[in-house]
Amino acid sequence: MKTLIAALWLSAGVVQAAEIAMSDQSQLKVPDSQATPVFVPPAESELPDNAFGQMVRQGHALFVDTRRLMPEAVGNGMNCSNCHLDQGRMAHSAPLWGAYPMYPAYRKKNDKVNTYAERIQGCFQFSMNGKPPAADSPQMTALSVYSYWLATGTRTGVETPGRGYPEVPQPKDGYDFKRGEQVYSEQCAICHGGKGEGQKVAGEYVMPPLWGRDAYNWGAGMHRINTAASFIKHNMPLGKPGSLSDQQAWDVAAWINRHERPQDPRLVEGSIEKTRVKFHANDGVNLYGQKVEGVLIGQGTGG
Amino acid sequence: MNPMSRVMIGSLLILAWPAAHAVDGQKIFTQGGQNPAAMACLGCHGPDGKGIAAAGFPRLSGLSAGYLSKQLDDFRSGSRKQPVMEPLAKALSDEEIRAVSAWLSTQPSDPVTGVRRQQIASNPTERLALYGDWNREIPGCVQCHGPGGAGVGEHFPPLAGQPAAYLVAQLNAWRDGSRRNDPNQLMVGVAKAMTDAEVTAIADYFAHAAHQEVAP
Repeated sequence: MKTLIAALWLSAGVVQAAEIAMSDQSQLKVPDSQATPVFVPPAESELPDNAFGQMVRQGHALFVDTRRLMPEAVGNGMNCSNCHLDQGRMAHSAPLWGAYPMYPAYRKKNDKVNTYAERIQGCFQFSMNGKPPAADSPQMTALSVYSYWLATGTRTGVETPGRGYPEVPQPKDGYDFKRGEQVYSEQCAICHGGKGEGQKVAGEYVMPPLWGRDAYNWGAGMHRINTAASFIKHNMPLGKPGSLSDQQAWDVAAWINRHERPQDPRLVEGSIEKTRVKFHANDGVNLYGQKVEGVLIGQGTGG
Repeated sequence: MNPMSRVMIGSLLILAWPAAHAVDGQKIFTQGGQNPAAMACLGCHGPDGKGIAAAGFPRLSGLSAGYLSKQLDDFRSGSRKQPVMEPLAKALSDEEIRAVSAWLSTQPSDPVTGVRRQQIASNPTERLALYGDWNREIPGCVQCHGPGGAGVGEHFPPLAGQPAAYLVAQLNAWRDGSRRNDPNQLMVGVAKAMTDAEVTAIADYFAHAAHQEVAP
């Protein structure tokens, strides 16, 4: 870590030369993520009744009801709380208290040091397939304040156990779509629908879509089979985390992520192949730009 | 009306005859099924199908057809236990089960107030309803049963407007294992993690959810 920071400092003027030396600081360090989470974020009842408390409440509202409250920023059927369970509080569900103290950090994804606000903007651009609010917008401030409050008492720059989605190692025989389809129909379809379409009540999604035009796009972290497997293993089915085997989590993650979703907004010169080479070739395990059973994956959902 | 249209209407009526003869869901509800043992539903579930709160008889109106027919099928097969409903369901034919379920699903229910998740819960019961308690792996009720407990699709029935006594009885049935017809055993774990006090409080919360005034 120290050498990294030193390298960053030294390379401030010569970014090109340092590219290889830098790793992605926002990535989890696996050994730490195995530790038992002990951090307890503050309770709502502890919120002060003042301007700060007000801002925390606003951030909370945006976090759990994002699509409805920020229609201009969300381009699909997702809310923040769909990927960060229990209002961003739950360990191993990428809790906000785990993320906030780790920024600013260098991210390979956009090859720069990102502030926390910039990190959230990434969620809006990819996971929510939308238009990120400005870093100094009232919404972004509210979301940052909510995160800061949840992280009360953590140490900056130190991995808090429970952060992120702990990695689920790829099974030695990889993954299998057929088995994944079966896991999906038995365990997931009841909420997310047989075609990944999610479920709505009165026009609003209650259970989020997993593919199709209202799902996360091809640039979202969740499009990686390894990331989706980690999320699924530790969080799904809702209320029964850890009930799937590693193999089942990988199989079903692969099944979900072989389906079309909105195009990667970073699409390079209209070319799936160029986009694959630039953004997907070294991005975990993913199917973007590859052929599955003769069909090119990553064509997007149009519109 | 010209003679031609009379002929048209006449033939339409004849064509529609089989449909008119098909099982009438409303009639089953109000008068019972073909088999005299299949008594009319309204006796216990109320003339409007909204249940009888004092007796703990559940609301059926506005529930999804898929959910209702599954419950009747389960009473029939014994995978859902209930001494009154089991013989009644056994006296209904498959066709009658589909028909009465379909009809009930179209019947009006009391509007559910728009309880949304973005509220900061004002008490522990509301907190459980909206957000659950993940230390015990309890999701918020509304996460599956929809905003305000209005129900979602055919697997997650409405909680709103169900009599408190019915909800308590079901939660306790999940807890003691006498009800276990939940898909993927999603409900049994949740119910078992709840305390007696929470069961009562949550049942009360949703029993009254349909009648609360909407704040302007």
